[in-house]
Amino acid sequence: MKFKLTFWKIVFLIIMVLGLYSTFVRYFYGLGAVSNMTDQFPWGLWIGFDCLCGVMLAAGGFCMVGAVYLFNVESLHSVVRPAVLTAFLGYVLFIVGLLFDLGRPWFIWHQLIYRNPHSVMFEVGMCVMTYTTVLFFEFLPNVFERFNLKTPIKWIQKVYPILIVLGILLSTLHQSSLGSLYLIMPSKLHPFWYTPALPFFFFGSAVAVGLAMTIFESTQSARAFGRQLELPVLVTLGGALLVALWVNLLLRFEDYYHRGMLAQIFKPSYEAYFLWLELTLTFVIPIGLLSFKKVRLSPNGLYLASVCTVLGFITNRLNIALIGFETYVGHHYMPKWTEFSITLMIIAMGFALFGVAAKYLPIFPEAHHAVKARLRTEPGPVVSTPVLGHAGD
Amino acid sequence: MSKALLYDATLCIGCKQCEGACAQQNKLPYDDNVAAETVQSAHKYTVVLTKDDKFMRRLCMHCEEPACASVCPVGALHKTSEGPVVYDVWKCIGCRYCMVACAFSQPKYEWGALNPRVRKCIMCPDRVVAGKPTACAEICPTGATKFGDRDDLIREAQERIRQNPSNYVNRIYGMKEVGGTSVLLLSSVKVEEYGFPASARIGDTPMPEYTGRVMERIPDFIPVWTLVLGGIYWVSHRREEVAEAEAEEKNGSAR
Repeated sequence: MKFKLTFWKIVFLIIMVLGLYSTFVRYFYGLGAVSNMTDQFPWGLWIGFDCLCGVMLAAGGFCMVGAVYLFNVESLHSVVRPAVLTAFLGYVLFIVGLLFDLGRPWFIWHQLIYRNPHSVMFEVGMCVMTYTTVLFFEFLPNVFERFNLKTPIKWIQKVYPILIVLGILLSTLHQSSLGSLYLIMPSKLHPFWYTPALPFFFFGSAVAVGLAMTIFESTQSARAFGRQLELPVLVTLGGALLVALWVNLLLRFEDYYHRGMLAQIFKPSYEAYFLWLELTLTFVIPIGLLSFKKVRLSPNGLYLASVCTVLGFITNRLNIALIGFETYVGHHYMPKWTEFSITLMIIAMGFALFGVAAKYLPIFPEAHHAVKARLRTEPGPVVSTPVLGHAGD
Repeated sequence: MSKALLYDATLCIGCKQCEGACAQQNKLPYDDNVAAETVQSAHKYTVVLTKDDKFMRRLCMHCEEPACASVCPVGALHKTSEGPVVYDVWKCIGCRYCMVACAFSQPKYEWGALNPRVRKCIMCPDRVVAGKPTACAEICPTGATKFGDRDDLIREAQERIRQNPSNYVNRIYGMKEVGGTSVLLLSSVKVEEYGFPASARIGDTPMPEYTGRVMERIPDFIPVWTLVLGGIYWVSHRREEVAEAEAEEKNGSAR
C-alpha cells in the first residue's frame, strides 16, 4: 500500500513525535521536568483536561445507550454505536492520561487491594475500571459482527440488559463523583465554582455534553465518510440538548441565587471574566441559537450550537480545575508545552483509533458497505482522520 | 490519650533549632542554604517564619479528622491513635489528592524524583509511640514548642492566655479549626499573617464531612438507581412486547 502524506497525516506525525519526546521526559526526568505543576498547584492540565473533560466528553455513550435501550427511542439507533465507541476510546485514553499524571503509575493496581471507601478518588477509580469493562463488552458486538461470529453475539445479547443498566449506573456515579472530588476544598476553590451542588452539576452537564458530542460527531463523521446526514436524528438530539441546557441553567441560577452570589458574578474580576466566557458558551449562545426553530432544523445551526456547548463545558471544567484555584494559590498556572503536547498526543490517538475502528468495524452500519467498497478501489482514507472530531482524551 | 504539640510564638526566639532537629530526625539535608528557605518543601517539613521581631512555625497540623487521609484512594495516609498523621509510601499511587485536599496545603511532593513520595511532617511517630517528645519539641531551648497530651496542652494554653491576655490573640488556633488539630498555636498576632488560612474560612467542620455527606448516600443510591433503571428498561420493553402480541392477535383474528 502506498503511503501518501496528507496535511492531517503530517499534523498527526508532528503531534506524535513531540508527544513521544514529552513522554520520554515524563518517565526519565519526572513530573517536575515535564510539567509546571508545583506544591502549590499539584493538579494541572492533565487532571483538568485529560481527566475531567475526557470523561465528560465520553458521556455520549451512556446518554445514547440510555435513550435507545432504556427509553426505547428507536429513531436514535444509528448513533448508538459511534457513541459507545467514543465512550470506550474516551475511557481507555483517560486511563492512559492517568498513567502520565500519577506519580507512581506502576502502583495503580493498589486501588484494588488497599481500598479506602471514604475516598471519592477511590469511587472514581473503581467506577472507571468497571465502566471501561462494561463499555468493552458493549463495543465487542462490533468486532464479532465484523468476523461473523454469531454465537458470542447471542451471549452478549443475553446480558445486554445488565450491561445497559450497569453502564448507566456507573456513569451516573462517577460523572457526578468527579464533581464530588472538589467538595473537600471549600476554602480553596473560588466560590463561583465551589458549591455543595457540584456532583449534580457535573452529572447534568455530562448529559448536555453527551447530547452535544453526539450531534458533533455525527456531523463530522458524515462529512468524513461521505455519508448522508441523518437530519431527523440530529433534530431529535438538538431538542433534547435545548432541554438539557435549560435544566443546567436553572440549576446554576438556583445555586447562585441561594448562595447569594448573583450580585458578585456580574462584578468584573479575574474569575468573573472566565465565568462569563463559560456561561456565554454553555448557555447564552447555544440556548439562543436552539430557541429558533430554523436553527433547530438546520444541520449547520445544530452543529454550531453543539460545538459551543462542548467548548463551554470544557471551559467550565478548566475553570474548576485551574482558574478557580489561582486566587487561593496567589499565582497563575500555565501548563508547560510538554504538558500540552502529551494532551494533544492523547487526543490525536483518540482520533486515529476512531478512524481505524470506523474503517474496519461496522460502526456506521448502513455506510459500512460503502466504505468497504471504497477501500478496495483506493488506498483507504487517512487513518488519523482528525476531522472526525470527537473525544478521546 | 492523643498527643499534640503546642507552639507558643511569644516564647520563640527564632533559633531554628527545630528545623535542624527535624531534618536530622527525618534524614534530610540541612545547611545554611536550607535554613534560609522560607517555604516548606519535600526536603523541609517545618519552617520558622520571621516577621519583624516575631516568629511563627509552620508544620503539618495533624488534624483530628484529616482531609488527606479521607481522600487517599489507597489509604496511604492515616491518623494514628497517638495523634500523628502518618504516610505509608508503599501504598501511595501518586494521585496528589492529599495535597489538593489539605486546607493547610501541607503535603509536598518530590517533583524531581522518578518514584516520587509525598512529604510532610509525620510528628515523629516512632518517638511518640516510645513515649518521647518529637525531635523539634525536645530540642526547643525556650519551650516554645511543647509536646504533651492534647487536652493538657489546651488547658495550659488557655491558662497562658488568661494570665497574660494582653500578650496573646484570644484564640488557640487548631483547637476547633477543621474539627481540631494536634498542633496548637498561640501568638500575639494573627496567625493568618503568616499564611495560615483564616479560621472563618476553613470553619470548624472536619473536612472529610464535606465529601462524607455525599459518599454515605452511595450505598443507598446504588440499589435504588439500579431498580429505577431496570424498571424503566422493563416497562419500555414490556410495552414493545405487548404491542407486538396485540399486533399478532389482530392479524390472527383478521385472518
